Amino acid sequence: MSDYRQITRQGLWENNPALVQILGMCPLLAVTTTVINGLGLGLATLLTLVLSNGTVSLIRGWLRPEIRIPVFVLVIAAIVTTIELLMNAYLHDLYKVLGIFIPLIVTNCAIIARAEAFAAKNPLLPSLLDGFMMGLGFTLVLVVLGALRESLGQGTLLAHAHLMFGDAARGLQITLVDDYGGFLLAILPPGAFIGLGLLIAIKNVIDERRQQADSAVKAPAAVAVENPA
Amino acid sequence: MSHALLRHMSVTAVVLGLFAFTGTLLVSSTNLMTEERIAENEKAALLQTLNTLIPRQQYDNDLTSDRIAVVNKEWLGSSQALMIYRARLGQKTVAAIMTVVAPDGYNGNIRMLVAIKADESLYGVRVLQHRETPGLGDGIDVDRSPWVHQFDGRSLTDPDELGWNVVKDGGVFDQFTGATISPRAVVKAVHQALLYYHRHRQMIFSTPAIMPEKERKHE
Repeated sequence: MSDYRQITRQGLWENNPALVQILGMCPLLAVTTTVINGLGLGLATLLTLVLSNGTVSLIRGWLRPEIRIPVFVLVIAAIVTTIELLMNAYLHDLYKVLGIFIPLIVTNCAIIARAEAFAAKNPLLPSLLDGFMMGLGFTLVLVVLGALRESLGQGTLLAHAHLMFGDAARGLQITLVDDYGGFLLAILPPGAFIGLGLLIAIKNVIDERRQQADSAVKAPAAVAVENPA
Repeated sequence: MSHALLRHMSVTAVVLGLFAFTGTLLVSSTNLMTEERIAENEKAALLQTLNTLIPRQQYDNDLTSDRIAVVNKEWLGSSQALMIYRARLGQKTVAAIMTVVAPDGYNGNIRMLVAIKADESLYGVRVLQHRETPGLGDGIDVDRSPWVHQFDGRSLTDPDELGWNVVKDGGVFDQFTGATISPRAVVKAVHQALLYYHRHRQMIFSTPAIMPEKERKHE
């Protein structure tokens, strides 16, 4: 049980693929111009991670060490191609927006890193959970970065939601500032780097505060132990 | 090479081969399953774009199939084949929608659709694909600004030759604040498309349509 909790914490926070491992930068920086783009690519990555971790975990008994990497690449490429085809067929509008970034999931090192570091050594269930949590951690960063850049860059949130959720979602768009002139820097690539840098900095500050709070709590206890001696 | 090594290699190769086979099986069966739907999606998306230029009621042919491919780098901006879709109502020719490329955008090619009525005036223009600067040059995209509607109803005589320029160059079409290059490229490409249409109208409508893939396979 605590094992599963540990996997969850690793994926979402302590070993977050985007904020700590700094993996998968190419799609992360390129796609996060809006919340919806980030969410779309995040979910596709999550699905790929779960499927590839599951597959790698299942076949780990037959894997010879020397062909390990080619097989991982093959598994991931096959899964991504399948997802790409299915998206093109069933979520065509979103595919038109994310189309060129979907094949890039193949080169998202977060996926091969999880196959190598986790799924190849663990049973099916923990591997699936690890894929899911790592994917979720990645998606959350994509969404937050997308929200940051979209709100600063064009003064809206959830624009083009209908690409993902159909026409009914057109009303989801939130206009934060009417008649907003737009802040070009946030939408261009430098905005992605600056935004991600900010997020990493915020995470580090939170970690540091928590560590300080932890040691502040522990310190008096240590003193109390020392006193009798 | 030792016998043991050879044996080991063969077994490993077979294992790798099995993985390759299974992966390929998955991908090709998905491809087969989705092929038709993807083609339909692409056709529907194209038709939707075409219909924003020509209202549904004004033609009755299969617009996305009644098409020809032309290559003319000098007038249409690309050395690759570009599609021209032909709208007809009964025997009457209604309009041609030409795919043209403005090769001189700020950031590479701008692909657009130019719809020209039989009387040589414009139904309208839509930019399909561009990489112009967000917030500056991307106003040529109808999702970003209504700029492109300036072309609606225009023709070679309205405005005259000199008028087919952005205001900055002495013409009648607005540029954007801080961005002249993208609008200039679009205005030039639309003008060229009108000239091409004027010279080749006969050919555009009388050339037989490209046969769809499926029928070609049966030949």
